Amino acid sequence: MPECSTAALSMQGVSATYRDRNDLLLALDSVTLDVQAHEFVAMVGPSGSGKSTLLDIVSGLFGESAGRVDVDGEAIALEQRLGRSAYMRQRDLLLPWRSAAENAALALEARGVPKTKARATARQRFPEFGLAGFEDAWPSQLSGGMRQRVAFLRTILADRSLLLLDEPFGALDALNRVSMQTWLAGYWEAERHPVLLVTHDVDEAIFLADRVLVLSPRPGRIVHEERIDVPRPRRRAAMTSPSFLQHRSSLLTALGVIDETNVA
Amino acid sequence: MKTGRWLIPIAILLAGFVAWEIAVRVNQTPLWMLPPPSAIADSFRDDRQLLLDNGLVTLLEVVLGFVSALVLGIATGVAIAQSRLLERAIYPIIIASQTIPMVALAPLLLIWYGYGLLPKVIVTTLVCFFPIAVSTVDGLRSTDREVLALLRTYGAGPWRRFWLAQAPSALPSLFSGIRVAITFSVIGAVFGELVGASEGLGYLMQRAAAQFETARVFAALFVLSAMGIGLFALATVIERIALPWRSHVLEDRDD
Repeated sequence: MPECSTAALSMQGVSATYRDRNDLLLALDSVTLDVQAHEFVAMVGPSGSGKSTLLDIVSGLFGESAGRVDVDGEAIALEQRLGRSAYMRQRDLLLPWRSAAENAALALEARGVPKTKARATARQRFPEFGLAGFEDAWPSQLSGGMRQRVAFLRTILADRSLLLLDEPFGALDALNRVSMQTWLAGYWEAERHPVLLVTHDVDEAIFLADRVLVLSPRPGRIVHEERIDVPRPRRRAAMTSPSFLQHRSSLLTALGVIDETNVA
Repeated sequence: MKTGRWLIPIAILLAGFVAWEIAVRVNQTPLWMLPPPSAIADSFRDDRQLLLDNGLVTLLEVVLGFVSALVLGIATGVAIAQSRLLERAIYPIIIASQTIPMVALAPLLLIWYGYGLLPKVIVTTLVCFFPIAVSTVDGLRSTDREVLALLRTYGAGPWRRFWLAQAPSALPSLFSGIRVAITFSVIGAVFGELVGASEGLGYLMQRAAAQFETARVFAALFVLSAMGIGLFALATVIERIALPWRSHVLEDRDD
């Protein structure tokens, strides 16, 4: 899959510690990973494995205690990392006082694009995200899936090559989650931005990603890496294919959810 | 539904006036003790120039005092919310200042600034300042931390984070503070006048009471009350216009 020599993201030996009252907690223990251009990488791990901390480090919100972070092939200090990637969190974080289009335009306005231009740009992209006709709706009038799509459009409009997705569908109900995953797979196959997705849903990781990394419980270390050979474009039906089930059982084994003797 | 909401309190009020009128006539209460609503209505007609002139003076004091409190309160609130140092330096002083009774302070203002407009404006500013400053601090602090983090990842500096997230987050709370302050403002101005003045509704009431012109006292009282209600309504209208999304959320919850 990687055809370009420069990785969109590369982390080498990155560790992170938290201060909890007087104790120092190790959240990440020398994590090394990369995301190639046009590659979709998913990371699964139990809660408390430092997945979100890892994305906070890449986006520049949290400082690593050791290691090196390269974006687009250059080492970038913590402060300069802000604004280098587009970060989408589990909560949609739509501002209730802004209409859907104004919310999507926030990513542009945040870096100084004039209001009218930002909003016009946002409105143009609404049909592409299945939101045509909802440009002027308040967030409180939108369904959970639609709110998440507005949040995703906002993330795309930040116009950074690297996308960081932190459980973007975690707050949705099961049906909405499935339809958003299908929609995202279709969107990504057309655009192929480099993506680092964090999730605790193994099926979601396999369905969307080219490669899945497994993080251990705290302190988070990468304990397993799996290249997904389910062909693209991905279809929902692929989830019952033998290769899909194979990936799932080896990932669940790596997570320690099922032990190897049961699989065999 | 909207008109019905107003109809009931108005009907109760009217019934109260009728009962008042009847009670006064039946008991033959002397006019100087408790005038019937009809006598108050007469006073409105006979003293309308007096009420208007003095009402405008009080209104000016209220508006000037409230606007200065708004400017000072918001500026102080923003400063406190932005800086830990200022919070530690200023906030305790502001809270402590609220324990000083206005009753004790007003005579001092009289000594320092005399009988003119200024001491009334200062009293009004002082009573309105606290609710506005505190609601500004609370509103700014209510900003979602994750939203602020998100804006940082979009490359927004402190100035843009303030205008895009913190200021709009603070508005609902600020408007609550404004509504409280507006009701205080009328009380503040009248109190300033009672301590020592040569014009204004508080002065008019004091003079009328000394002369046992009780109907005029009531007329002035009703003008004051109307002023407070009018200013409160104005604030509510401005809030609806400024926060259209909020009335929408509330309507959604209604049905």
